[in-house]
Amino acid sequence: MAAIAASAGAPTAVHDSPARRALRRLLARRTAVFGLVVVGVMVALALFAPWIAPFDPLATRFMAIRMSPDAAHWFGTDEVGRDLLSRVIWGGRASLAAGVISVSIAVGVGVPLGMLAGYVGGVIDAVVSRITDAMLAIPFLILAIALAAFLGPSLGNAMIAIGITATPIFVRLARGQVLAVRAEDYVEAARAVGNPPARILLRHILPNILPPVIVQATLAIAAAIIAEASLSFLGLGQQPPAPSWGSMLNTAQRFLTQAPWMAIFPGLAIFVSVLAFNLLGDGLRDALDPKS
Amino acid sequence: MLKFLPRRLLQLVPTLFLVSVLIFGLQQLLPGDPALVMAGEERDPAVIEQIRRQYRLDQPLPMQYLHWIGNVLSGDLGESMRIKQPVSELITAKLPVTVQLATMAMVFALLIGIPAGILSAVKRGSAWDVGANVFALWGLSTPNFWLGIMLIFLFSVKLGWLPASGFVSPFEDWRQSLATTVMPAFVLGNAIAAVLMRHMRSAMLQAMGSDYVRTARAKGLVEKTVVLKHALRNALTPVITLGALEFGTLLSGAVLTEQVFSIPGFGKLIVDAVFNRDYAVVQGVVLVTATVYILLNLLADVLYVLVNPRLRD
Repeated sequence: MAAIAASAGAPTAVHDSPARRALRRLLARRTAVFGLVVVGVMVALALFAPWIAPFDPLATRFMAIRMSPDAAHWFGTDEVGRDLLSRVIWGGRASLAAGVISVSIAVGVGVPLGMLAGYVGGVIDAVVSRITDAMLAIPFLILAIALAAFLGPSLGNAMIAIGITATPIFVRLARGQVLAVRAEDYVEAARAVGNPPARILLRHILPNILPPVIVQATLAIAAAIIAEASLSFLGLGQQPPAPSWGSMLNTAQRFLTQAPWMAIFPGLAIFVSVLAFNLLGDGLRDALDPKS
Repeated sequence: MLKFLPRRLLQLVPTLFLVSVLIFGLQQLLPGDPALVMAGEERDPAVIEQIRRQYRLDQPLPMQYLHWIGNVLSGDLGESMRIKQPVSELITAKLPVTVQLATMAMVFALLIGIPAGILSAVKRGSAWDVGANVFALWGLSTPNFWLGIMLIFLFSVKLGWLPASGFVSPFEDWRQSLATTVMPAFVLGNAIAAVLMRHMRSAMLQAMGSDYVRTARAKGLVEKTVVLKHALRNALTPVITLGALEFGTLLSGAVLTEQVFSIPGFGKLIVDAVFNRDYAVVQGVVLVTATVYILLNLLADVLYVLVNPRLRD
């Protein structure tokens, strides 16, 4: 095994690894690269928000209420004089965290359940599939709102609500993928040599069903960012005064006549980040498709 | 022709049952004593006791569920804690507003999505194709509540052409009704148009590359006839069924759109209920939405068979 690994990594190797080939294909698509760069910038802004944001996002200044964008406040200020650029940067933290954490919940619960249902079949499959059908029968945002309403309004609960709501998509995806590969020769071979089911699922099946899961997860982050913004807009996500793009838009609606910039910039931030994840997801789909 | 229908209807039973269990189960997520939470600021022990009795909260969970589902099946979705009105009445009053909005949104989506998809497939690689794809990406990435706010800013605040909020029934004054719903309907339809465009494009591309289209061309038919009579008729099949499914998505989108435009529909009902901690209303709205969505799925299946001659027998 070590010898194989060494030869694969050696400079004389003619063939790329699948991951490297996918990366090369991804980087060949301009729209995907744009998505990747924007996502990278967003992650950097969110991580380094305390050092990058020019002002404290919570500091109110009553001498600077609803100031239009200028050299000091690039995005202007809000109804209590807080710097909007700083709030948009800090709001990105909430949105990105919500996107990543809720999708992690959905993948972490959905993929193992779907794999189990697809591999074991029988009663477990029937039960898991019916529950999945039932959850998918409730429109995404309605279910997320209902869950968030009953759990209570907070960013953490919004993430849980979105995560639970997105779970059935991954159950269905993983189950379908397992059904497609479980009859493949390499799985049969692994079973024939006496590997236990857990090892077959983890070592032989999981790596092969991962590409569509990665694509779906990227697109799900885009949907989760919109969902978090929607819940925060309705007052069910991040609670004021902590900044979030959705709740900033909610406040902005009341000052649309006097301070339209309060609505323009948080909305643009949602749009650009969702667009970036969508472009990246589309690019990954093409790059990871063995047929392309 | 529709031999599958009885079996398909039978399959709905377990799904609807599980949906009802999920919606009933939402109550269990309430932190602490549900009766206390449901009572909200009301601290009168008599009220709390009444809630406990009304929802049979002192009985085991399965009994609570049976009591609840029994009422639901007889059309009783409970009573609103705040408005003191039956939930079913509230829903019946608000649903027509949302249906009108969703229908208009679907008209927008079809009028934009279908031609854009056809054009983009027929003129593949051209500026039209690029434009249609950019539109689709824009539609999929724009949060509809933000689009709504921006349209209000442009058409109501800046230009003063359309009212920023409110709703007028078409039976009262159809012009005013149109004026109040055109912006929200466009906002709702925008994302659906993007989805329809993408599907129409790929279905058209597939049809244009098929044998029957090649035969039609070989017969010497003009391109317009080939596209509209041969390719489009076949490509429309999956898109029609998708349209029926997307109608359910519109119910979801209506929540935020109605909130932005202050339209007293189904979406606003659930949001107001969430704020008032009116849990019976939330459960009722989710249950009705899910049932409508499931029935739309069934309709999509039936439509698929009806418009696809190969599946009719």
